[in-house]
This record gives sequence, C-alpha cells and structure tokens, in this order.
Amino acid sequence: MSSLSLKNLSYQYDGQKVIENLDLEVAENEIVCLLGASGCGKTTTLKAVAGLLTPQQGQIVIHGKTMSDNTQFTAPQHRNIGMMFQDYALFPHLTVAQNIAFGLSKFNKADKQERVNEMLELVHLSEFSERYPHELSGGQQQRVAIARALAYKPNLLLLDEPFSNIDAQVRFQLINDIRQIIKDQKVSAIFVSHSKEEAFAFADKLAVMHQGKIAQLGDAKTLFEQPACKEVAEFLGQGIYIPAQAEDKCDFTTSFGRVTSTKVCENAQGAGKIYIRPAHIQLENGETNDVEILQSRFIGTEFIYQIKVADQAIEVPVESEHALNINEPVTFKIKPHAVNFFS
Amino acid sequence: MQSLLSLSKWQVFAWLIGACLSAPLAFLIFESLQGDSDVFTHLWDTVLWDYIYNTLVLIAGVLLLSCLIALPLGWLTAYCQFPGKKYFEWALMLPLAMPTYIIAYVYTDLFDYAGPVQIALREWFGWQSPDDYWFFDIRTLGGAIVMIALVLYPYLYLIFKTALREQSFKLLQASQLMGMSPLQSFFKVSLPLARGAIVAALALISMETMADFATVHYFAVSTLTTAVYDTWLGYYSLTAAAKISGIMLLFLFVAITLEKISRKNTTVHERQSAVNDTHLYVLSGKYAWFASIYCIVVLFFAFALPVGVLVSYSIDYFDQAWNSEFFLYAWQSLKISLWVSVIAIALSIIVLFYQRIGEQKSKALPGRVSSTGYALPGTVLAIAVLLPLTLLDTKLNEWLEGTTFEPGLLFSGTIFAMVFAYVVRFYAIAQGAVEASYVRISPSLDMASQSMGKNFAQMLTSVHIPLLRGGILTAGLLVFIECMKELPAALLLRPFNFETLATHVFQYVSDEQLELASISALFIVLVGLVPLYFVNRSMEQHNS
Repeated sequence: MSSLSLKNLSYQYDGQKVIENLDLEVAENEIVCLLGASGCGKTTTLKAVAGLLTPQQGQIVIHGKTMSDNTQFTAPQHRNIGMMFQDYALFPHLTVAQNIAFGLSKFNKADKQERVNEMLELVHLSEFSERYPHELSGGQQQRVAIARALAYKPNLLLLDEPFSNIDAQVRFQLINDIRQIIKDQKVSAIFVSHSKEEAFAFADKLAVMHQGKIAQLGDAKTLFEQPACKEVAEFLGQGIYIPAQAEDKCDFTTSFGRVTSTKVCENAQGAGKIYIRPAHIQLENGETNDVEILQSRFIGTEFIYQIKVADQAIEVPVESEHALNINEPVTFKIKPHAVNFFS
Repeated sequence: MQSLLSLSKWQVFAWLIGACLSAPLAFLIFESLQGDSDVFTHLWDTVLWDYIYNTLVLIAGVLLLSCLIALPLGWLTAYCQFPGKKYFEWALMLPLAMPTYIIAYVYTDLFDYAGPVQIALREWFGWQSPDDYWFFDIRTLGGAIVMIALVLYPYLYLIFKTALREQSFKLLQASQLMGMSPLQSFFKVSLPLARGAIVAALALISMETMADFATVHYFAVSTLTTAVYDTWLGYYSLTAAAKISGIMLLFLFVAITLEKISRKNTTVHERQSAVNDTHLYVLSGKYAWFASIYCIVVLFFAFALPVGVLVSYSIDYFDQAWNSEFFLYAWQSLKISLWVSVIAIALSIIVLFYQRIGEQKSKALPGRVSSTGYALPGTVLAIAVLLPLTLLDTKLNEWLEGTTFEPGLLFSGTIFAMVFAYVVRFYAIAQGAVEASYVRISPSLDMASQSMGKNFAQMLTSVHIPLLRGGILTAGLLVFIECMKELPAALLLRPFNFETLATHVFQYVSDEQLELASISALFIVLVGLVPLYFVNRSMEQHNS
C-alpha cells in the first residue's frame, strides 16, 4: 500500500490553475521531493495534502484512507500529518518540550513525557528541553521542528523548504541528519524545494514540477541523465542547445563534429537539438576559433570561462594546467556522453 | 564655545517645559501626602470605601464585558472570511468616536419608564403601572458598565486584532495539523500569544474607565472621579480632592505598570513578523451568518442606534438646536483647541530638538516628564492644575498688595487654567506624533547643515521643521480633536459663563434635554470620527 496517492488533483486560485490533473504515488518509507521554480504549484500541492486548502478536483488518499475527493473532505486536524514549515512555526510561548508535546494530547501524562524525552534524545536536544525557541540557534530550532512533527507518529511527513534558512556551511550536514532521522522513524515524506542540490541530497525520488504538473518523476541520476523534456533538463542544470542531425540512435552530426552517445537515444530521428552541459564540453587551443570568450576567472583549481557559442552563453570550467591562451583560437568539442536529444 | 552656549540655551528651554508640564502632577502628589483634611477624614470614615468599591466594580465589569464583545470580534475579523467582513473591520472602531454621556443619555431615553420601549411593552401586554412588571433600570452601576464597555471595547478589538494578524498563520496551521480544532488552536496558541497585547489593551481601558466622569455622574453612580468633582465643587476642599486623586493615581500606577510589563513581554514573544495573505478560515452556512449578525448587533447598539437617535433628534428639533449657542460654543471650542494644538506642538518641537542635539545622558528626560500628564483623568488633572495655579495667584496678589493693580484669579480663574490643563494632558500626543517624524530625519542632515555654517536655530527652522510637516499636521489634528471632546477638565476649570461644545452638550444631558443640543452632540461625534480614519488608513498600510 502506498503512503500517499494523488489522483487527478486540480486547484485553482482566482481563476488561475495552480495545479492541474496531478498524479503522484509515494511508497512507504520513501522521501519524494517536489522540485521546481517558484510558482510551479509545489507548495500548493503540499497544502492540499495537508488539508490546508481544498482542491476543486481529484482524490487524496493517505494510507488507504480517502482524505479528499469530490464528495468528502477531512479537516487537517484529522489527517494525522506531520508538517515542518519553512520558518519552523515553533510556538514562541512554549518551551522546546512543550512544543514537542503539543500534538500528544491523546497520550497520558507518563507516555507523553516518555515520548518527548525519546524525541529530544533523537534530535540531541535533551539539555535544551526547558529553553524557548528564541533561545536556540537556527539549526536547533529546525531539530525541534522535526521532533515535534514526528512525535505523534504521523502517517506522512510534509516538509516545506525546511533548509532554506540554514547557513550554507552546515546545510548538508543537517540534510543528512534529518534524512537519517526520517529513515529511522520509518515514515514517508514529501519535501518541497527549489534547490536541486538539496533535493539530490535529501530525497529518494524527485518529482520535477512545471506549471502545475509533474513533468517527470524518478531518482536523481535518471532525471539528470535522461530528462524527459526540456523543462526538466534545464531545471536540473545549466546547458546549451546545439543543432544536431541524428545519424542513428547513438551518433549525431553537429557543426562541431560528430558526437557519440554512451546510451541509446530512443527518440533520436532526423534533425533536432542536443542539450549539452558544461561537463560535456571540452575547450582547447586549436586551429579553428569556434567560440567567443566573454569572460574568464581563476578560482584556484580551475579556470571558469564564460563563452558564447551557437548564440548562447555558458560557463565552462577548465583545469588550471590546461588553461587556455585566449589570444589564440579556441576549439569547441563535445565529449562522448549520454546524449539528450530533443526534436 | 558658541555652540556650547546655544546648546545650554536649548537645554534650559527643554527643562523649563518639562518642569512646567510636570508641575501639576508633582503638586498633586505632594498635596495628597500632606497632613490632614477634615473633609477627607469625613469621607474616609463614611462613603469613600463605597466609592472605591464602585470604581473597582465598574472597572472589572467594563473589562469583562469588553472581553466578551471584543475578543470574538478580533478573532473573526483577523482570521475568518464572512459576508461583510471588509466593512465590519473598520466599522467596529466607530464607537470610539461616541462620548459615553451621549450613548448613556440615548439609552436612558429609550429604556426609561416614559421611553418608547417601556411604552410599547405596556401597550402590548396591557400593563398599567410599574407594579405590573419588572424592567431593568439603566441608571445603575450595571448600566454604566454596559454604556462604557460599548464605547471602549474598540481599544481591545483593535489591539487584539492587530496582535492576531501579527501571528503567523503557520503557527495555527501547525497546531491544526497536530490535531487541534480551530477553537482549540485559538485557546492554546492565539490567545496565549496575544496575552501581552490583551493586558495592554485592558490596562488602557481601565484607565479610560477610571477617567470617565460623564456617565457615572449622569447615572448618579458615585465613583472616585465623581468624588473628586463633588469634593471640589461641593466642599471647595482642594486638599481633600487631591487626596482622593492620590488614590486614583495609585490605581493608575498599577494599570500603567501592567501595561509596561506586558508590552515588554510581547516584544520577546512576537519577534517574527508574519505575512498572511489569505484568510485562515472561510466561514460558510450558519457560521458565516452568525459572524455577520454578531458584528451587526454590536455595531447597532454601540453606534448605529445612538447616532440614529441623535440624527432624528437633530431633525425633529432642528429649529431649537441650530441656534446661536451652537455657533458660539463651537467657535469657543475651536479657538481653545487651536491654541492648545499650537502650543503643544511648539513645546514638543523644542523638547524633541534638545533631545536630538543634546549630549547629556539626561537629554530624554524633559520629554518623559512632560508626557506624564496624559494618564491623568480629566477631574484629577483639573485638581492637579488648580494646585500650582491658585498658589501662583495667591503669591501674585500678595506681591501686588498695596498697588492699584488687582489681578484677582489671573491664572486659576481664567481661560489660562483650561489651556494649561489641556496642554498638560495632550502634550504627550503631540510629542508622540512629532517624534515619529523626527526619527525619520537622518542625523547626517544635521551634520551637513552644521558643516555649512548653520547654527541650531537655523537648522531647526530650515531643515527640521520643513521635514516634520507631516508629523506636525498629524499632531495638530489629534490634539485638536481631543480638545474638542474633553469634558471633565473643562467642567471644573472653565471660567464663569464660559462653555465649550462638550460642556454645553453635557449641560443639556444633565437637564434631560439633549434634543436641544443634538446638533452639537452630533458634531462632537463627527469630529471624533476623524482620527479613526487615520487609524484605519495606517492599519491598511501596515497590512499591505
């Protein structure tokens, strides 16, 4: 049985379609990331699952129980869902322990205390139980928030951009910690983010959203290497389109020479474009001048060259020992890789 | 050296203003601690404890009723969507413009034995005399509680609503996701978080209740305020009046301290600022109806009905009410309000200017002591002002004895006393409004002006005052309106045969003939609506 199933979900606000006929399945103990630019409908989807807004159409089933469809709607307080908010939404008038105990109203006093202690230990905050949220650091507040959301053993955990307020230096350590906690607690989770780095590090599966729909669902590697559409390809990494002619499913001719794909391109046929990321580009001094160097900067181990090619700009790293002489012609080559072809 | 000299000049001005404006309170405290007064001893032995009891019951009743009215209104308008909410949100502030004596009069007129309600009931049921039925008497302590709460609840409503708005919706969503119903979330999250704001609002309401003179006087309910009034006008004992005022000061001190403490707590708790763009709960069906009807009922009784009655009086008695008295008293009120506004603004600019350029640690002190008059109830203020002024008059007359010039009660018996009292009372409003503009003027402008060779006076007139225009206008308007409405201080301090619109209306209220002054009363209500427009506008700006 899946933890969450969304079928044909639609939501409009002020006549504008925010999510449209959206389908999604989340398996047990799985962490799925709704990834996309702002305004793509990811937070709205999360709120619909939580019951904080009422979708106009579609079905939401959590652990086999229908929460919302055309005939019924279960209020948020009866869904048994844990949610971690972007700003954590810790109650400022309650201590850490009281915050964690807030959702445990059905527990008796002893069980409540035991569960609170258990959660405090889990997030390594036992000595902070009597502190108030404003007396904690951002990272500690976040751990209280996750402890609070997990304390009452929710059927599903929702996380709304939980790492956006955390300093870059400690962010990935925290992402690992929280991921481990969620996995230990054996709860399924949906995580909303606009950062692909966070999504890659935190989620088992990614659902890239675009204009209220899920453009592609899969694990990080598959999405990165085999994007189903241009939107997914572009969202997951900077790149440029190079006009190409498909010779067969693995060989392509471009104005920069032949390109060989390391995987079979099922949709390769006739004229189209291939999507090239910086890692697939090789720049070197040579006979022909293929690119215009717009800018270069040295960052230690490598040089970053901003180049213009096929009327598009892109930044390409080149190792220091292979630095280019920018007064000489620079040739542009495409390394063999898993080619993404779009007709 | 030049600059040091001129700085000390501003310092002297500022401290002088501080001393003058705080003198009444200082005299009052001193006088209330002075030896014995027969009148006070007599009152203490007889009725004073009843007065204290009545005052406390009045305050407690008003606070309780205000909570019952305002807390649901605040919650509904802050969090819920229901029909008409957009209009109710600002309309619910309107009762603040209503002087309590007017609403008290209107309801007395309606519910009296000879009023339309009882007449209709008698006709309906065929009752012949008062012995045939029971009907509540509005001219009681309970009636006063209802009247005052109907006018003062908007303080709590406004402050509570703002506090709720500032709470992040996410806190309530979090609470709901953890299994709490909207009602449980209200009691477990919203209410505790807004506790500071609620206590602050209740402190404010209790201060205003204590200051109310007209309603309790009209209803013949004896409280400390009426005791101060009666002691002075009945026994001419300034000492006894000062002693009773001293008791009120103690109560005030408690209220102000509570307010200060709760404000401090509020800032610790509510540091997060929330941007809540939509409504948390959309009410439908019977809940939506209930919400709308609740707002309508409160508005009807607290504002629409009394205003409607005033309008109907004005139409029915237009010929008697639209007379030369109205114009004369309106002109006198206008004149005095204008003077007070100009003086209060001028003084506040001097004090704030010194506060800005001064180098001493104590530079903020003149501003603080000058503002102490605001908390004083009108009757207490009047006594406090009379103490130094009568002393001044006595000394002046002693000094001029033997000369041909007899000044008489030059200070305490003329319009000077009124103007002085008003300035003492409303100076704090002027200072607050001007200061809000002052803090927005960058200190580098001062340095620029000085580096270009301007002295302090030139800096004030050519840089600060033009930039303070907005604050000065707001200050002027607010002080002006407060002066137009002020009643108890005017009643005690006005010179013989001098009336303001407020005293004129109150006179007719006391004589049970408000109809004849209905246009004046309506005018006071209309003037009172002006600041509400500004409050509403600034709240809308805050929300957007």
